[in-house]
Amino acid sequence: MQWETVIGLEIHTQLATKSKIFSGAPTAYGAEPNTQACAVDLGLPGVLPVLNKEVVRMAAKFGLAIGARVAPISIFARKNYFYPDLPKGYQISQYELPIVETGKLEIELEDGTTKIIGVTRAHLEEDAGKSLHEDFHGMTGIDLNRAGTPLLEIVSEPDMRSAKEAVAYMKKMHSLVTYLGISDGNMQEGSFRCDANVSVRPVGQAEFGTRTELKNINSFRFVEKAINFEVERQIDVLEGGGKITQETRLYDADKDETRSMRSKEEAMDYRYFPDPDLLPVEVSENLLNEVKASLPELPDAKRNRFVEEYKLSREDANQLTADRETADYFETTAKACADAKLAANWVNVSLAGALNKEGKDISESPVSADMLAGMLKRITDNTISGKIAKEVFEAMWNGEGDADAIIDKKGLKQITDTGAIEAVLDEIIAANPAQVEQLKGGKDKLMGFFVGQVMKQTGGKANPGQVNQLLKKKLGL
Amino acid sequence: MSLDNTEVKRIAHLARLAIDEEDIPNYAHNLTNILDMVEQMGTVNTDNVTPMAHPLDTLQRLRDDEPSESNKRDHFQKISPAVENGLFLVPKVIE
Repeated sequence: MQWETVIGLEIHTQLATKSKIFSGAPTAYGAEPNTQACAVDLGLPGVLPVLNKEVVRMAAKFGLAIGARVAPISIFARKNYFYPDLPKGYQISQYELPIVETGKLEIELEDGTTKIIGVTRAHLEEDAGKSLHEDFHGMTGIDLNRAGTPLLEIVSEPDMRSAKEAVAYMKKMHSLVTYLGISDGNMQEGSFRCDANVSVRPVGQAEFGTRTELKNINSFRFVEKAINFEVERQIDVLEGGGKITQETRLYDADKDETRSMRSKEEAMDYRYFPDPDLLPVEVSENLLNEVKASLPELPDAKRNRFVEEYKLSREDANQLTADRETADYFETTAKACADAKLAANWVNVSLAGALNKEGKDISESPVSADMLAGMLKRITDNTISGKIAKEVFEAMWNGEGDADAIIDKKGLKQITDTGAIEAVLDEIIAANPAQVEQLKGGKDKLMGFFVGQVMKQTGGKANPGQVNQLLKKKLGL
Repeated sequence: MSLDNTEVKRIAHLARLAIDEEDIPNYAHNLTNILDMVEQMGTVNTDNVTPMAHPLDTLQRLRDDEPSESNKRDHFQKISPAVENGLFLVPKVIE
């Protein structure tokens, strides 16, 4: 039987505020356990939550960016359950009337096709603390620093039909929240994580199959692997005559499998109700206009502009605009060196490769945009060849100074003196009579051989175009 | 609408409340009375009334995003039954 996969994602993104959603405790990552957990975060009696203004602004910003309805009035609710990393016995979340409703996001697949994924809603809530299950004399350790960190939970429609689409959606959403500056998007630190609802159904069937929920996936690679594993598992169960149990499953990256989390005797019953400690939250027309005016250029618009303004391919522009830092880096370089295509090429290939190799972020690049532009200018004005540029780039990467200093110090300047190149060429022609005959006889491929020889003898400092011309002239071709 | 004993037990479990077996019929009776009253209120015509999420007819005030709380861990952990390396210790939650 042919099966169709149906996927919906719930993305939890931590908002990049300085203080928590309902308390004045700081949110810095990596502090000593429980040093950033105040009485409100600990759920001590007699305290009251007070909502952070910035959290509301950030949610509104997100809503506008996905063309959603930002609710003029939204309300907070209590989601009740018992777990030690949630000291109050309930999580403050939004249930009815979330702050953001019905938006959409366009994703682009590897083959260049695009697809619109619906966003059902996005609501504000507080993060829980962390449980450390290493053995503390048979007990569990609790760190409540993360408790109360603001989260925006973004719930998609079940619009994705493959793990690849899910990854494209997650990447696009990641790019969007970091562009907006509402989240640092740091996946290792848990600032951006997702749960995937996965089901399969026979192709052509209208109703959805029974779904399972894959919890807490914190990398793009794992979301793809976890979904692919789960789809295979569900198909195996169904083709073996079994039924899918609606349950929560955990993806184990080490074993590359999903497994059922503690089977619950009864379905979770969160008993949501409006939180009496919090009043309805207003997003006024004024605030909305103010936020609208502060929206940065978003990834899709930037990509389109790069294609238009710099005449880049859509593929190159997509790569450059995937994150805001790279896009800014490219633009600075392109403007300073006045050759956008060359800049795009160097940023996407050599720079991306070097960063990738050392696991560095572009913000940590030892070669700044201005330094790269300085070097590219020496390519466009024929001071150095593209080949020599690689050597210069490496030296800049290793902290040996800017391009001009390196070219000067290492004597990498291209030989433009015709006489010098001709002298080298004469030697090579004299030493390779057979090849000369063949070339004259029409074997054009040998041009490359001669140019290569000249490049070799000059240490790459000759201009290949010029060598070509001189050779043709000398041999009367 | 009426609640039976099984439902009372389930609600007590969800709320982590220990209740005596012999009190259950009494709870069931009282809770049913509350539900009956809610049902009675449900018969009032509210067609032109906007539902309220809070009895106070006003809006949430917001706080500026500035950290204002300092580290008081030692103070808070004085009242905890078990702590180690700055962590609160609780009975093991997963095997």
